[in-house]
Amino acid sequence: MRVLALAGRRLAASLPTLVLILVGLFLLLQLAPGDTVDALMAQMGGGDAALAEDLRRFYGLDLSIAARLGQYLLRLVTLDLGFSAIYGKPVATVILERLPATLLLMAAALSFAFFFGLVLGVLAARRVNRWPDTLISTLGLIFYATPSFWFGLMAIVLFSVHLQWFPAGGFYEIGEGLTGLALTLDIARHLVLPTLTLGLIFLAIYLRIMRASMLEVLSLDFVRTARAKGLTETRIVTRHVLRNAMLPMITLIGLQAGTMLGGSVVVETVFALPGLGRLAYESVVQRDLNTLLGIVFVSALLVIAINFLVDLLYAKLDPRIVSGG
Amino acid sequence: MRALKAFFRSPPAIIGLLLVLAVVAMGLAAPLLYPNDPLGLAGRPLQWPGANPRFPLGTDPSGRDIAAQLFHGARISLLIGFVATSIAVVIGIGIGAVAGFYGGAADTVLMRLTEAFQTLPNFLLLLVLVAVFGSTMEVVTVAIGLVSWPPVARLTRAEFLSLRTREFVYAARIQGLPDWHLIFREVLPNALPPVIVYASVVMAVAILLESSLAFLQLSDPNVPSWGNLIGLGRSVLRTEWYVSAIPGVAILLAILGVSLLGQGLNDALNPRLAPR
Amino acid sequence: MSGLRIQDLSILLPRGGDRTHALAGISLAVAPGEILCVVGESGSGKSVTASAVMGLLAPGLAVERGSITLGQDNLLALTPAQWRATRGARIAMVFQEPMTALNPLMTVGGQLSEMWIVHRGLSKREALARALAALEEVQLPDPAGALNAFPHELSGGQRQRVMIAMALALEPELLICDEPTTALDVTTQAQVLKLIKDLQQRHNTAVLFITHDFGVVAEIADRVAVMQLGHVVEEGPVGEVLLRPQHPYTQALLAAVPPLNAPPTRPLPDTGAVLELVGLTKTYASRGIFRRRKAVKALDGVTATLKRGTTLGIVGESGSGKSTLARCVVGLMGLDGGTIRIAGQPLTQDRQKAAHLAQMVFQDPYASLNPRRSVGAQVAQGPIAAGTSSAEAWAEARRLFALVGLEPEAVRRYPHEFSGGQRQRIGIARALAMKPEVLVADEPVSALDVSVQAQVLKLLRDLQGRLGLSILFITHDLRVAAQLCDEVVVMQNGRIAEAGPVAEVFTNPRHAYTQSLLAAVPGRSVLEAG
Repeated sequence: MRVLALAGRRLAASLPTLVLILVGLFLLLQLAPGDTVDALMAQMGGGDAALAEDLRRFYGLDLSIAARLGQYLLRLVTLDLGFSAIYGKPVATVILERLPATLLLMAAALSFAFFFGLVLGVLAARRVNRWPDTLISTLGLIFYATPSFWFGLMAIVLFSVHLQWFPAGGFYEIGEGLTGLALTLDIARHLVLPTLTLGLIFLAIYLRIMRASMLEVLSLDFVRTARAKGLTETRIVTRHVLRNAMLPMITLIGLQAGTMLGGSVVVETVFALPGLGRLAYESVVQRDLNTLLGIVFVSALLVIAINFLVDLLYAKLDPRIVSGG
Repeated sequence: MRALKAFFRSPPAIIGLLLVLAVVAMGLAAPLLYPNDPLGLAGRPLQWPGANPRFPLGTDPSGRDIAAQLFHGARISLLIGFVATSIAVVIGIGIGAVAGFYGGAADTVLMRLTEAFQTLPNFLLLLVLVAVFGSTMEVVTVAIGLVSWPPVARLTRAEFLSLRTREFVYAARIQGLPDWHLIFREVLPNALPPVIVYASVVMAVAILLESSLAFLQLSDPNVPSWGNLIGLGRSVLRTEWYVSAIPGVAILLAILGVSLLGQGLNDALNPRLAPR
Repeated sequence: MSGLRIQDLSILLPRGGDRTHALAGISLAVAPGEILCVVGESGSGKSVTASAVMGLLAPGLAVERGSITLGQDNLLALTPAQWRATRGARIAMVFQEPMTALNPLMTVGGQLSEMWIVHRGLSKREALARALAALEEVQLPDPAGALNAFPHELSGGQRQRVMIAMALALEPELLICDEPTTALDVTTQAQVLKLIKDLQQRHNTAVLFITHDFGVVAEIADRVAVMQLGHVVEEGPVGEVLLRPQHPYTQALLAAVPPLNAPPTRPLPDTGAVLELVGLTKTYASRGIFRRRKAVKALDGVTATLKRGTTLGIVGESGSGKSTLARCVVGLMGLDGGTIRIAGQPLTQDRQKAAHLAQMVFQDPYASLNPRRSVGAQVAQGPIAAGTSSAEAWAEARRLFALVGLEPEAVRRYPHEFSGGQRQRIGIARALAMKPEVLVADEPVSALDVSVQAQVLKLLRDLQGRLGLSILFITHDLRVAAQLCDEVVVMQNGRIAEAGPVAEVFTNPRHAYTQSLLAAVPGRSVLEAG
C-alpha cells in the first residue's frame, strides 16, 4: 500500500509535466505554415477560398489561439482528441486502432533487450577483462552503433528475401482470415524482425549498464561480508549482487521509454507495421496536426504509465525507497 | 598528462580516434576528390560496386556516384553531429548547473521542464519541429540539439548536487566569494569530465537522429546524407541492396568511432573504473 | 597448538608504490580465549594482516613467504573450496563500516540465517530460529522485529551487533575485528566493546582486533602488537606495552594520545565576548515528494558565549547538533530562531562582510581543497574577492604558509601533492587569510593519525598564542577537547546538557549525560592511571 501511495504521488507530480508538454506543443504547432484545411484542400486538388473558410469554421480553426488552446485542453480531459480530417474519423479512434501494434512491439523489444542485456551483462562482469567479456562488450558496442533502420533493411534482405524465414513487413497476413492461435502465431512471426531491430540498441545499452553495475556492486562492502561468510561465488551473485545490480537498469527503462517510442517510428515505417509510430510519420507528411497532437498526448501518457510501473517495481525491489531512509 | 598517457595506452581508444579521424579526413577530402555536385547525375543508374572503375562503390537508382555521396555525407554527419552536440551540451550544462547549484524552486521548475522533454519521445518531437519549421539543414541541426539536452542536464545537475556540498565549495562560500566564482571556478571544472565523456554519447545519438530523419526523407533533400541514401535504396532493396548497405556501414563506423573515443576518455579521466 | 599463528609473513605490494612490502616478515600468535590488539597508524599493514588471515587479500597483493596456521591447518595451502568452508565457520570477521557491510536489499534475518543454511545445511525455519537466538545473544532490542527488518531500519550500533551475531553464529575459532567501533559514537563504542569481550570469553574465541586507538586497546586487549610500515615493532601484554613502552615508536604514539585530564584552567583574558549565541533553534522539516521525514530539532534553544582569545569546545555525539551549530555560525545555514552576534554585530547575509567575521576549518582534509586549483590560489582568493590586490594576497598566502609550518613556495602546488596533515595546515592558512574574528574548527583532527593530530593541535594552540585567535572547536573526542579548550559546552539532541570551564566539567560532571560520555571514553582506567 505504501508502495502504491508513493508511486501515486509520483504519478500526480507528472500532471504538470503533461500540461507543460501540451501547451508547449500546441503553441509550437501554431507556428506551422499551413493547417489541416490547407492539407485537405491540397488533397482534394484545390478549392476556392469560401470552401476553405467554411472548413476552418467547421474544424474550429477560426478562433483565437488562446481560445483554441483552452478548448483543446478542456476536450482532452474528456479524452476527446478531436477529429482527423485526413482519416475522416475521430483521432481517438485512429490512435486506438494503431495502439496495439506499438504496445506489442514495445513490450516484445523491451523484454528481449532486458533479458539478454541482463544475461550478457552478468556474463561479461563475471569474466571481466577476459575473452567472454571482450567479446560481449565489443558486440555491445557494435549493436549500439548500428542504425536500427539499416539493421531492419539488412534483416529483410537476409531473412525475408534470401532465406525467406520471416515476412518482410506487415502485422499479419491480410486476406487469410486467420483467427485464434493461428493468428497469434502469425503476428508473432511478423514481429520477430521488428523486435530484434527495435531492441538491438537497448540490448546494447542494458548490457553495458548491467556490466558496469555488477562490477560496481561486486566491489561493495557487503559483498566482502558475503565472501567472509564463506558463500560460493554463485550464491554471492544470485542472492546478494544481482538484485542490487539490477536497480540502475530498472531506472533506465523508465528514462528510455520515450526513446523507445521514438525508435518505433522508424522501425514501424521499415516493416510497414500499422502502429502509432508510423501514424506519427504519416500525419507529419500529411500535415494532420490534430492527429499528431493526439499521438504526442497518448505517447506522453504511455511514457508516464511506464514510469509508474517502473516506480512500483523499483519500490518493490528496494525497501529503502518506501521508508525514505 | 597522466590521463593523456592512459588514453594512448588503451587500444579501443586508439581505434576510436582513428575511426573518427578517418571520417574527418573523408569530410575534408570530399571537395578535392569529388569536386562535382555529389547529387548530380554521374552515370548509368544502379551499377554494382566494382562493375565500373569510375564508380568503385557503384551508383544509386538516380545514377549518382555512391562514393561521392559517402564522402560528402561524412561532412554533413560530422557537422550536424558536432553543432547539435554543442547546442545540447551548452543548454544541458546551463540548465543542470542552475538547477543543481541553486536547488529549491529553480530546481523544481527546471527539472519539470527537463522531465517534460524526456516524457516526450525525442524522435517524435524532432518530427514535430521539422514539420513546423521545415527541413533545412539549419533547422534539423538546431532541432536535434533541442531534443538531446535533457540527459546532459540531468547529469550536470547530479554532479552539481554532489559537488556543491563538498567542503571546498563551502570554504570558498565562507571566504565571501560570489556565486559565479563558486559555479565557474570551483564546481564546474570538477563537474566537467563526466559531462565531456557523455558528450560522445550525445554526438552518437545526434548522428543517428539525423540519419533516421534523412532515411524518412524528412531531412534537407539538398545535401548529400548517408541516411538519405539508405532511404533511396529501399525501393531497390530486393535486388540492389548495396545502395542501402554501404552508407549504413559508414554510419556504423562513425558512431562506433565516437563511442570508442568517449569510452577511452572515460577510462582515462576516471582511473577508478579503468581495468585493473 | 590451537589458535592462530602467523610466522614470518611477507606480502608484496604492487610495483611502483613507495615501498615494496605491505608486510615485511611479521610473526604473531593468538591463543583461544585471548584478544590480541594490532595497533598502528594508516599504512602500518594492520588491515592487510587481517585480510591475509581471512584469505581475502586485495587484488595486486601477493604472499611472498611465511605461513599462517589455524589449529593444525596451513591456511595458505587451502583450496578455494576449503577456504569457503573455513570462512564464516572457523574464521569470522567484523568490519569497520556497519552502514555498508550488510546487503541493503535483504532482511537481517535472511542474511544471518544464511550462515546455518550454507555451512550447516539447516532448513530455512531452523536457521531463522537460530538467527533469533543469536540476535538475542547480542542484546538487540526487539530481536524478533530485527529479524524482519532491513539494514537501513537499524542504527549503526545495532547493525554492528548484527555483524557480531553473524560472525559468532557458528562459534568460530578465530574472530577478526577490523576497527569495528571506529564509526560508532563513544557510548555505543563502549557497549559494543563490552559485548565483544563478553561473547569472546563465553565462547573461548581467539580474537585478532585491529585498531588505531590506544584507548580501545587499553579497554579490550590481553596482548598488544604495535605495527609500523609493515613491521611489528613491539609486542607484549597490554599493561607492559601501554605503561612501559620500549620501542621509540610506541613511546611516540602513546605520547601523542591526548590525556583526558584537562590542564588546570588558565586565567582567561578579560576581553569580553566575541561570539554570542542566544536561543538558537533550527529544525529540519520534512521535505520532498518522494520521501517524508520526521522533523528533527537540530538546535533547540542553544545559548553560549565565546570569549575573545579563548577556545570554546562544543562536544557531543552524532546527531547532537554540534555541526549544525558550526554551519549556522559561518552562515552556511540559516537559523529558525535566535541570534548570533560576532564582535557585537549580528550575523549578516552579506557574504563578503561575513567572511571577516567567521572562517571555518573543515574535517575532511581530502574534500576541503579543490583538487583542480593550486593551493595558493585557494588561500588568496578570499582576500582578492574582498579587494586586496592579487600580488599582495599571494604574498600574504606565502607568509601564512610559513606561519602554519609549510614551505612558502608550496603555494604553487596542487592539493594531491600534500599529505592529510599538510592539507589541514593549508585549510587553517585559508581561514586565517580573511583575518576572521572567530575561527570555527569542525572536527579538524578527527580524520588524522594520532601523531599528525598532535601536531595540528599544537599548531592551533601556538597560533592562538601568537595571533590571539578566538576558536569555536567542534569535536566528538573528549580527549582532544580536554587539551585544547578553555571552556566546553556538552550538547545532546540539540540542547545544551552542561557548560563551563573544561577542567571543571571533565573532573566534576554534574549532568548525567556528561557523566556517561566521560565514562565511555575508552582506556581511562589504564591510560589515565599511568
